[in-house]
Amino acid sequence: MTRLRPPVEHADRLPRPPRRIGLGSRLSRWDVKLSPYLYISPFFLLFFVTGLFPLVYTGWVAVHDWDLIMGQGEFVGTKNFVEVLTGRDFWTALTNTFSIFLLSSVPQVFAAIVIAAALDTNLRAKTFWRMGVLLPYVVAPVAVALIFSNLFADKFGLINSALGVLGIDPVGWHSQRLPSHLAIATMVNFRWTGYNALIFLAAMQAVPRDLYEQAAIDGAGRVRQFWSVTVPMLRPTIIFVVITSTIGGLQIFDEARMYDQFGRGGADGQWQTLTVYLYELGWTRSNFGRASAVAVLLFLIIVLVGLLNFWITRRIASSEVKR
Amino acid sequence: MAACGGDDGGEEGTGGAGGNGEVGAEPVTLSVATFNEFGYEELFTEYESLHDNVTIEHVKADTADNARDALRNSLGADSGASDIEAVEVDWLVEFMQYPDKFADLSDPSVDGRWQDWKVAAATTEDGKLVGYGTDNGPEAICYRADLFEEAGLPSDREEVATLLEGDWQHYFDVGKDFVASSDAAWFDSANATWQGMINQVEVAYQDEAGEIIATTNPEVRELYDQVLTASVDDELSAGLGQWSPDWANGFQESSFATMLCPGWMLGVVEGNASGIEGWDVANVFPGGGGNWGGSYLTVPAQGDHVAEATALANWLTAPEQQVKAFEAKGTFPSQVEALESEELLSSTNAFFNDAPTGEIFAERAKAITFQPYKGPDYFSINTALQDALTRVDVDGTDDAQSSWDKFVSDVEALG
Repeated sequence: MTRLRPPVEHADRLPRPPRRIGLGSRLSRWDVKLSPYLYISPFFLLFFVTGLFPLVYTGWVAVHDWDLIMGQGEFVGTKNFVEVLTGRDFWTALTNTFSIFLLSSVPQVFAAIVIAAALDTNLRAKTFWRMGVLLPYVVAPVAVALIFSNLFADKFGLINSALGVLGIDPVGWHSQRLPSHLAIATMVNFRWTGYNALIFLAAMQAVPRDLYEQAAIDGAGRVRQFWSVTVPMLRPTIIFVVITSTIGGLQIFDEARMYDQFGRGGADGQWQTLTVYLYELGWTRSNFGRASAVAVLLFLIIVLVGLLNFWITRRIASSEVKR
Repeated sequence: MAACGGDDGGEEGTGGAGGNGEVGAEPVTLSVATFNEFGYEELFTEYESLHDNVTIEHVKADTADNARDALRNSLGADSGASDIEAVEVDWLVEFMQYPDKFADLSDPSVDGRWQDWKVAAATTEDGKLVGYGTDNGPEAICYRADLFEEAGLPSDREEVATLLEGDWQHYFDVGKDFVASSDAAWFDSANATWQGMINQVEVAYQDEAGEIIATTNPEVRELYDQVLTASVDDELSAGLGQWSPDWANGFQESSFATMLCPGWMLGVVEGNASGIEGWDVANVFPGGGGNWGGSYLTVPAQGDHVAEATALANWLTAPEQQVKAFEAKGTFPSQVEALESEELLSSTNAFFNDAPTGEIFAERAKAITFQPYKGPDYFSINTALQDALTRVDVDGTDDAQSSWDKFVSDVEALG
């Protein structure tokens, strides 16, 4: 508890006249008070210019008729939002986005922790293995998508041919909804698992080694140590990774756009995500007003999901403490 | 058309740049944005050697779609466009909505240079010429002579031309005979076939008043039913989504026996089917002539060197230069004189069994009598229709009727 009032014995004293202070010490006081804010201000100034302004401007565009080339048209109020929300495409895209997001983020976090744990052991040529898991991340997403869309081709793709050898009917990786989500999630996982694994690895390295020693003395095996020491110590990192991958997952674009030759998310919108839908509205149909409305909605969804996410991970974290 | 062009030329001629390309002598750098292959590399060097003050910078996009996006962005931002921008015929109409963004290219020196319909498509109502025509896509039929032979059909390209002479129904009927005695399908996909069919409809999706008629035009619905009946019910289609990896592999797997071939498609077939023997091309096209694709050179008005760029575009699209581009990359000329040039007419294609492709495509170009009217929403509507065909022919997620219903709601949502 901080003290809110001065101790009683000083209460009757007259307020002390302000002490005269020299310019130097005044400056140094200002220095203490202001400098930290000045140090971090470049980020915020940049953010206002490159982040906040576009954000607000998008909201402005969303309430107008706005053509990509002709620019601003009439003020239309909520018309763009109504059109987006009453159309079939938005809801399809929303479901697809969540489906792909769950199929990628959940396995990704688990796999990343396991890989990080494996890398955290006494390996020979550590750096080689650690750089190795980052390799998929370095490959351009477009290249990944090209390779995977060939692997997942419906008629003559490698995966369907392999399934054929095993006597399994070919899967409609492009024509059917869920398989197409699986295929795209595979691309996302391929790219991001290693990256997240390295973040987890960094966190694991910070776990004090004597905790493991004590656990070992208490008779805990490797698996038990992992669940009872490593995972709880990783909690803040898990929260961080879950939130960043939520933001990334809800904005998934490259993989979905590159999955077929047209980049519109399938003839029936099988894998059209919100960002692909947004791009189509803005660039193919030239309707910036409606595209901005989708952008605003996407922003709200991400904020909501982010809060929910934070709340859930907090709950999990605190319930584990009690255990 | 000629008279109209002449009038405009007279007015413009006084203040215009003139056709000979001699505009001042100050050093200028001109950027030229193209996509795929235009065959201009050597022509640029030649132009630079003819004009000491000009340096040309080539901005090349990998696909036409990327070029379209880039141009839209720079027109929207009013900066960043190249001095000359190549535009494909299917999205030319969209840009025709903003004629103020482009320089008027009409000039006496280009009167009568192109086939009438090629110029008409790039001319606004008040006679402004937005783009100089480069190449065209006159269509013929590419076919697998070996598969024809195995199925007991004539395989010589003259005989095939006679065999397929007729309308689309005739083309599909021959296909039924073919699939009855072959493992291969008759054509690659409903999408590609649709492209040939819709390009023969004078006013398909949107009338000249801007009204969208795609969902109510009986002609569109009839063709839609016809192509899907042939593709799915009669099993004539290989069901390969055009340009997909499956489609590209289909060439190697000998999945289909014929496909619609605009001139520029020959290079695509040769690339996908390398190592496969038996491809040939017949001088015939169902339902008469048809044009698929082709481009224009435009000069965005935002450029600093509009006059110099106009002169360069003028020179590049002159018949002599277009013939050189044809020799370099096979882009088939839209210039009347080039169509009669000896170099063009005598050219043959080794991959297609030494077919006299120059002669065949010159014939096919003459069979084109009009350019269909494509409204500003053409690209979006056709995309929605192609999706409808894909759902039935490739994905099998819908039947013809339910897919059409979705198409109708997609078109309504364009709004």
